[in-house]
Amino acid sequence: MPDLLIELFSEEIPARMQARAAEDLKKRVTDGLVEAGLTYAGAAALSTPRRLTLAVDGLLAESPTIREERKGPKKGAPDKAIEGFLRGAGLTREQLEERETPKGAVYFAMIEKPGRPAAEIIAEVLEDTIRNFPWPKSMRWGAGSLRWVRPLHSILCILSDEAGASVVDLDIDGIKSGNTTRGHRFMAPEEITVTGFDDYAAKLKRAHVVLDARERAEAIWQEATNQAFANGLEVVEDKGLLAEVAGLVEWPVVLMGAIDEEFLALPPEVLQTSMKEHQKFFSVKNPKTGRIEKFITVANRETADNGATILAGNQKVLSARLADAKFFWENDLRTAKSEAGMGSWVENLGNVTFHNKLGTQAARIDRIAALAREIAPVVGADADLAEQAARVAKADLSSEMVYEFPELQGLMGRYYAEAAGLPSAVANACEQHYSPLGPGDDVPSEPVSVAVALADKLDTLTGFWAIEETPTGSKDPFALRRAALGVIRLVLENDVRVAVLDQFSSQLARADTAISQTIAAEQERLGEDYRQKTGAATIQGGPATITVSKDVGGRHIDERAIDLLSFFHDRLKVFLRDQGIRHDVIDACIAMDGNDDLTLLVKRARALEDFLKTEDGTNLLQGFKRANNILSQAEEKDGVEYSYGADRKFAEDDTEKALFDALEAGGAAISPAIEAEDFAAAMRGMAALRAPIDAFFEAVQVNADSDIVRRNRLNLLSQIRQVCGQVADLTKVEG
Amino acid sequence: MTQTNGAPRSFQEIILRLQNYWAAKGCAVMQPYDMEVGAGTFHPATTLRSLGSKAWAAAYVQPSRRPTDGRYGENPNRLQHYYQYQVLIKPSPPNLQELYLGSLEAIGVDMAMHDIRFVEDDWESPTLGAWGLGWEVWCDGMEVSQFTYFQQVGGHDCHPVSGELTYGLERLAMYVLGVDHVMDMPFNDPDALIPLSYGDVFKQTEEEYARWNFDVANTEVLLRHFEEAEAECAAILAQEHMDPKTGKRIVMAHPAYDQCIKASHIFNLLDARGVISVTERQAYIGRVRALAKQCADAFVLTEAGGHAA
Repeated sequence: MPDLLIELFSEEIPARMQARAAEDLKKRVTDGLVEAGLTYAGAAALSTPRRLTLAVDGLLAESPTIREERKGPKKGAPDKAIEGFLRGAGLTREQLEERETPKGAVYFAMIEKPGRPAAEIIAEVLEDTIRNFPWPKSMRWGAGSLRWVRPLHSILCILSDEAGASVVDLDIDGIKSGNTTRGHRFMAPEEITVTGFDDYAAKLKRAHVVLDARERAEAIWQEATNQAFANGLEVVEDKGLLAEVAGLVEWPVVLMGAIDEEFLALPPEVLQTSMKEHQKFFSVKNPKTGRIEKFITVANRETADNGATILAGNQKVLSARLADAKFFWENDLRTAKSEAGMGSWVENLGNVTFHNKLGTQAARIDRIAALAREIAPVVGADADLAEQAARVAKADLSSEMVYEFPELQGLMGRYYAEAAGLPSAVANACEQHYSPLGPGDDVPSEPVSVAVALADKLDTLTGFWAIEETPTGSKDPFALRRAALGVIRLVLENDVRVAVLDQFSSQLARADTAISQTIAAEQERLGEDYRQKTGAATIQGGPATITVSKDVGGRHIDERAIDLLSFFHDRLKVFLRDQGIRHDVIDACIAMDGNDDLTLLVKRARALEDFLKTEDGTNLLQGFKRANNILSQAEEKDGVEYSYGADRKFAEDDTEKALFDALEAGGAAISPAIEAEDFAAAMRGMAALRAPIDAFFEAVQVNADSDIVRRNRLNLLSQIRQVCGQVADLTKVEG
Repeated sequence: MTQTNGAPRSFQEIILRLQNYWAAKGCAVMQPYDMEVGAGTFHPATTLRSLGSKAWAAAYVQPSRRPTDGRYGENPNRLQHYYQYQVLIKPSPPNLQELYLGSLEAIGVDMAMHDIRFVEDDWESPTLGAWGLGWEVWCDGMEVSQFTYFQQVGGHDCHPVSGELTYGLERLAMYVLGVDHVMDMPFNDPDALIPLSYGDVFKQTEEEYARWNFDVANTEVLLRHFEEAEAECAAILAQEHMDPKTGKRIVMAHPAYDQCIKASHIFNLLDARGVISVTERQAYIGRVRALAKQCADAFVLTEAGGHAA
């Protein structure tokens, strides 16, 4: 069985796209082959900056002949029906077969699709793959119209077996397939003829090309750690950078160089970021001091001077870059230590737009500071410190370093706050208030950081809710889902007890003020032109959104806050589902009062989830549902609500009396447990109801002949509903 | 005579070698455009000539101005006025990468000793409504050129595609000549009768322009000039294609494009003066782009733009 080798040779493919492209090539080609009936034993995809390679072994030499039998119309059916069948099968009437069936004679068509040689199928599949390749971004070049990630230069496509290798012919917009490739751009640019994958890989290695990105990455890491180790140092691990660098070279040569003494005092994160972002260098640190002292760069060639010229060049570029970084760092420190301190940066943020409807960053900071103050007592932070931290937490956005390296935001804030002599709680909040960013990110626990982190995220959410820029479907340009999840984790992991609706409302009010101020400022700036330019007939600078409020448990709550809360509840469901809590269990708890206290909500949900996993729990749920169903049906039929006045004296059966006792005891146990938020005790209280409820239904017919007895029993059932209803809305639980 | 072998000795020798190299490769060696621009791409020999179906090959030096980059001549690498070397070939030839590497050898970069890399860098000019895919070219970790296959200019798909090469001349020359501060770089031959450094030629002008750009330029006048250039561009393009005086069909794409260049540079000056807010920035860029687009629309109606007479 033959093996197939394909190589698509082009100008340099962006490093970040190579691995995915190799996989796409494999998937598209092998899927196409299999669909055409060509099965294979194995396939592997490889990539370098200039080539995508696919090797398929044990391919069928031709696709199997396919025979298909089709049942047609009955003999004697109208001509039209028979003709239609013949057209579909591609046969003539003489080719049809007549067979006797229990329903009489019927025409059958035997259709045979002959097999096709592999080369023919491969040529079609590969052409289709190339023309429809899923590059994230593709381009045209020259005068042609073919698209590829960068100009495509040659296609190697050969089938090989014991008899030898043959080229699979294809011609795509003038690029003809062949059996040749080229080696390293500079070290072995000559044409190479190959006969199969092993020959290809071996010849390329001799031509200074390591075909496998993993092999290149491993070689780089191995050599880098060796060189560092020999100097008593260690390489700072960075898997993303390693993968990227492996995609920038065909023949990796690892070179280690020193960082100029004058830059060693820069914060290690600055050195690391600058080297990584601008030059794709690895950082090498001294394990004793933790300082970054050297760098590793990976060149794409060997030279007669063992890389000395290359290293010197890289070192020079690095020094120029770090001179910039040092300049920013020193300027920033000067500002931070000056009398105005970080305040001058905050003032600058008055000129930076956060969002054109919500005004400047400075205005946003005012809102966050006000909210951080409100939240402070709830999270055990000092209100003044929380406000102070909120006021400087984003100051570093105006610093020169963060302008150059946005990814250092927060971290630089910490350095500068420390330099400015601010309390350590404030400096920590500068760094930590963005957290948690991703699901794996740590959640701040220091009270001041928690207050600012919560205020920051809540302000973002309420702000975008106020201007109606809420996430839809997969669109979430302002990462509001992430912000809500951040709030949820901050609240739960720090056991924060806060009714978030109140925070939503107060922050929405601040957002409304910001919106009106932004409109007013714009009006003033444009003066008379305003109406003309905006097409607005009259805008009076009032709130942009008319606030509608709702009565929630005695509180008048902004309707947008309620919508935001339900967004939180949705996020919470996703978050808890990953922790094994069913969505219907959460729904049963969301239906309860106080559902904007997320910690309480989750406590309740966890207890209910645990309870429903016990035998008592499942049975009680059944008993509850039975009671509830009977009651609901009766209520609907009678048009009344049975909610009051079950009287023990009408109880006829012992189980009925026992249920009276149990509900009385249960009510007495559950209410205080709920009051004390001891949900486990509340669940135990419910568990005690299980046996009496079961016994009751076993012995007693609710719909008794006597109307008094029936009504009394229905009112008794309503007590079950009421007592259990204190714990959760069990009607929402499935099963 | 220019030396053609060995290491170049001055800034101007590097320019001359590039001129000779690209002339030998068949490019029309053009001269700088006589207006203030932010980059070599703005020269109509690139912007307009990359449009339409006609083949084209040009190379030229373009003085470029970026008012916000002024550092009074003190920063070793930043200037508000600097030179770009620009090559545009349409359609892009299949060996453009090799041609480019040849140009580096021509200015004394020994391929056997250096590490040259093509690192993804997609180019986009919001003011020109243009974008392309390509790389920044690294030599030993330093970006020495920008290499782009134009896909769209002025909102028009490029067909055929032009290959564009842009060399930042000062940076490249500093690297080749081993100089650390741009002002120390020899401008002419160090053994010339009157040797001149880059600083001898440009230090004073960097100071003068930095002061004017940042603190003195009259923003009211500039704002008015911006509006006027914008209006003039529209007025030019609103003219009938038939010239009533000569009876010829004359679409005035280039004069209109001059106004677009003017507006773009004035915007850069206003930006350096710090009078453009973040929100306004986008609006100004959009206005310049609208002009570029109209000029591109007009150019493809001209003969050079491939319009059949």
